[in-house]
Amino acid sequence: MREINVDEITKVIKNLCIEANLFLPKDIEKVLQTYEINEPYPLAKKNLSILLENAQLAREKRKPICQDTGMACVYIRMGQDVHVVGGSLNEAIHEGVRQGYQEGYLRKSIVEDPLFNRVNTKDNTPATIHYDIVEGNQIEILVAPKGFGSENMCQIKMLKPSDGLQGVTEFVLKVVEDAGPNACPPMVIGVGIGGNFETVAYLSKKAMMKDVLESHPLKEYANLEKDLLTRINETGIGPAGFGGKTTALALHIETAPTHIAGMPVAVSICCHVARHKGVIL
Amino acid sequence: MIELTTPLSKEILCQLKAGDEVSLSGVIYTGRDAAHKRLVELLERQQPLPFEMKDQVIYYVGPTPHKEGEVFGSGGPTTSGRMDTYAPILMKEGLCAMIGKGYRSASVKQAIKDYTGVYFGALGGAGAYIGECVVQSEVIAFSDLGAEAIRRLVVKELPLTVVIDCFGNDLYELGKKDYLEHFKK
Repeated sequence: MREINVDEITKVIKNLCIEANLFLPKDIEKVLQTYEINEPYPLAKKNLSILLENAQLAREKRKPICQDTGMACVYIRMGQDVHVVGGSLNEAIHEGVRQGYQEGYLRKSIVEDPLFNRVNTKDNTPATIHYDIVEGNQIEILVAPKGFGSENMCQIKMLKPSDGLQGVTEFVLKVVEDAGPNACPPMVIGVGIGGNFETVAYLSKKAMMKDVLESHPLKEYANLEKDLLTRINETGIGPAGFGGKTTALALHIETAPTHIAGMPVAVSICCHVARHKGVIL
Repeated sequence: MIELTTPLSKEILCQLKAGDEVSLSGVIYTGRDAAHKRLVELLERQQPLPFEMKDQVIYYVGPTPHKEGEVFGSGGPTTSGRMDTYAPILMKEGLCAMIGKGYRSASVKQAIKDYTGVYFGALGGAGAYIGECVVQSEVIAFSDLGAEAIRRLVVKELPLTVVIDCFGNDLYELGKKDYLEHFKK
């Protein structure tokens, strides 16, 4: 059995937190450039070019792309033949977040209690951690800091089977309209369909973090991804919600088997700063 | 591009129209969720506010910490709607302009009309770019709140767009309509 020391994991998490917040993913930057070229509305075009300039400035000056450096969401795909040694894996992850947010001059945005005692933990911990156990002897680590301007605009709905394709389409468009300027468009959107109440939200997050150019392996869903993105970019919301063509840069769908009585749908919304950075150990 | 310097007089504010692009310079104050709650609590207890609200501008932002040798970190706008409960109370005290992003409630729109104010939009997601416009920054109240503390900023040529003007026009409605009617192919 392969052994991996927790210290290595802490170091990796620390670096991923910093890099994810400073460097806009290449695929997002590229698609942003394409939309900027094709944007017909002057104010929208100007704002898209500022977002490109912002990404460049962040990279060069090593400043966060956005001040909301997010809740540190950590996704671990853990090979079943790996043995983590030297301490607690969870604590190693939290420690990586703690160090990354301190050394990277990232904003600490976590409060210890949601309702009665909203006191800042001052080190951006705890992280939100998801584990998947997979075959093999590697650990795949993905850090995706998520800002709450867009997180607050995510929605879930327990649709019924008879709501069908129309129900899904209407719900996705409603979520985008509700989000409007609040989610800092242009948006990156993940749609989860199927599973149950808790898994569908997770599916939508996984969809949101896909590479921009990826599409669903099944043709019906790949077409639906294209159709929804086209419709969203016909709403006129535009960058910052000031009007224009470019309302979303990408939309992906993730699906899972579900119950005979249901069709859960979740829509995760992110701004263009769809931060995610991963490594395989 | 309209160049403005704070404090903003009513004469200037009543000339601004939704959709105008503005370059703002001068003193502004930062404040978001927790700071607004405390400001309103101070008013309820009839205690003095940390700064004179009359004709001032509040920017809804919680910046990142800055490195040594830098004035300010990244600092784009946060979602304004969360301050909707508090905004009309502060406007009554003399606050004339808010900078943020996102929808405002009907009561905030009404307050902007009643007190001849303005709601500016800053570009969400452009935190590094906007941070460069801050030439001075000083925490003046609620330092225990960290990123949420109230800061007195001096900004130079901060790029803004008028979202809601004092006549109640809203760019979130007008911009979309203008694009769909005149630019959409």
